[in-house]
Amino acid sequence: MNPAPTTRTRQATGYALATAKSFATRFGLGIALVVLWQFAAMRAGSIFFPPPSEILHRAAELWLSGPPRRLFLGDGVFQDLLPSIARLLGGWLLAVLVGVPLGVLIGRSRMASDLLDPSLQFLRAVPGPALIPVFIILLGTESTMRVSLIAFGSVWPILLNTIDGTRAVDPLQLETARAFRLPRHARLWRIVLPAAMPKIFAGMRVSLALAVILMVVSELVASTNGIGYRIQNAQIMFLLTDMWCGIVLLALLGCALNWLFIQVEHRALAWHRGARGRGAVS
Amino acid sequence: MADADRKGADLAATTARVVAGVLIFFLAAELVTRLEIVPPIYLPRASTVLYRMFELLQDPSFLRQVLATLQAWAVGLSLAIVVSAPLGVLIGTSEPTYKMVSPIIEFMRPIPSVALIPLGILLWGQGFSMKVILVAYATTWPILFNTVYGVHDVDPIAIQTARCFGLRPAAVLRSISLPSAAPFVFTGIRISASIGLIVVVGAELLASADSGIGSYILFVSSNGGQMDSVLAGAAIAGLVGVAINTILALIDHRLFGWRYLGSAPA
Repeated sequence: MNPAPTTRTRQATGYALATAKSFATRFGLGIALVVLWQFAAMRAGSIFFPPPSEILHRAAELWLSGPPRRLFLGDGVFQDLLPSIARLLGGWLLAVLVGVPLGVLIGRSRMASDLLDPSLQFLRAVPGPALIPVFIILLGTESTMRVSLIAFGSVWPILLNTIDGTRAVDPLQLETARAFRLPRHARLWRIVLPAAMPKIFAGMRVSLALAVILMVVSELVASTNGIGYRIQNAQIMFLLTDMWCGIVLLALLGCALNWLFIQVEHRALAWHRGARGRGAVS
Repeated sequence: MADADRKGADLAATTARVVAGVLIFFLAAELVTRLEIVPPIYLPRASTVLYRMFELLQDPSFLRQVLATLQAWAVGLSLAIVVSAPLGVLIGTSEPTYKMVSPIIEFMRPIPSVALIPLGILLWGQGFSMKVILVAYATTWPILFNTVYGVHDVDPIAIQTARCFGLRPAAVLRSISLPSAAPFVFTGIRISASIGLIVVVGAELLASADSGIGSYILFVSSNGGQMDSVLAGAAIAGLVGVAINTILALIDHRLFGWRYLGSAPA
């Protein structure tokens, strides 16, 4: 029999085992599916579904083949990925900058929010892609058009959620503040906005996902660069591996943005979870 | 949102507000377009667009396009419901499966469905099946996510109590897990319904599909840029979206109204 392990090594092995186990449950199925895809694709040999290894190889060629002084980033990153991200964030930030103040303004008045609600519901329901011809005619085919389309399409969840959040502020708190003669701007910054913040963040998260969709949509039409353009170009030239590279890149981009947003939200709303004594922000 | 027990006078007041709101919106749009900041050939007057909408709604060939869009939407959404609601229940009820599958759902969910349009064109052409598959893909995630979440977060005390009373797993599922998860599933379906409509119209437009509202908009915009028809088509798509949303909200209220009245079922 082996000598009994010391407490320290036993703890270490226990920790390693637990880490391995949590890694296996988190990523096990994903890895298994990719392996399955690899073998199935190799067996089937269909040109429409290249094996993951081939996609990875091509992706490295496209995006990680640059010189060291550019951090090894390939031309594809500068020509397509960065412009796409810039438009996406530009449009989304514009939507936030317009949606939140406008939402607070409308939400502070019951009359205004009641009157505007049907129109806002209608505007939200108009599919963004259907307005591409209008945006092209009004704003041309440059980045202005794409950023405006992203902003227009993603502003509604932010606006509607901000109105909702502002309307739902506890009237007792507002009246207390008034009784203590808090000035208007202090009531806004210290009561209304904090109370509406969870709802505003929920709207911002929904519209971030919408912004990714609209970024791709806007790049599928009359475009000369961007991930969406690259995917469509690959389809026209029948470069299926390149197309899959673009799809995988978009998936990673969507995940990364979502993850980043959750981190920011977690920090920004930490006080809220404490105040409510609950673990989650709905 | 109106309360369930407000009736009569309140309904009239709400209707009046809606009508007034719509009128204000239309008048504001008319005013802005009449200022002619951009030539009316690029941005037609609101009244011109409204007139064109009435024309289109009487045009049988346009109505066929609306029907084609709705058909693809309905088939795709139904496919997604039939597949992902049971799958979600399966994933949500078993803890190990939940832990293993939820990272995959989290990864697949943010993939923008429109990124698959080029692949869809290559695989299934520009017809009905391409639209249906794209809609089914896009609408799967909200339903799956909400179902998994709803089933997984059922009050554990309720389940344990039921077990103590000797209910079998199937009975626990039927009488506790499913009823308390049902509102979440329906919320998923509501979210999916509006996403699905955007995806159908987008796919029709971007893939220049053979029929649908989207392909109508593409057709009129590339034939001399008839902006009144483009805007009228987009507005009708928006109205269809509002109608679908309203119907689903009513069903939601009828089926799960008890959820909004507080914790106890009425």
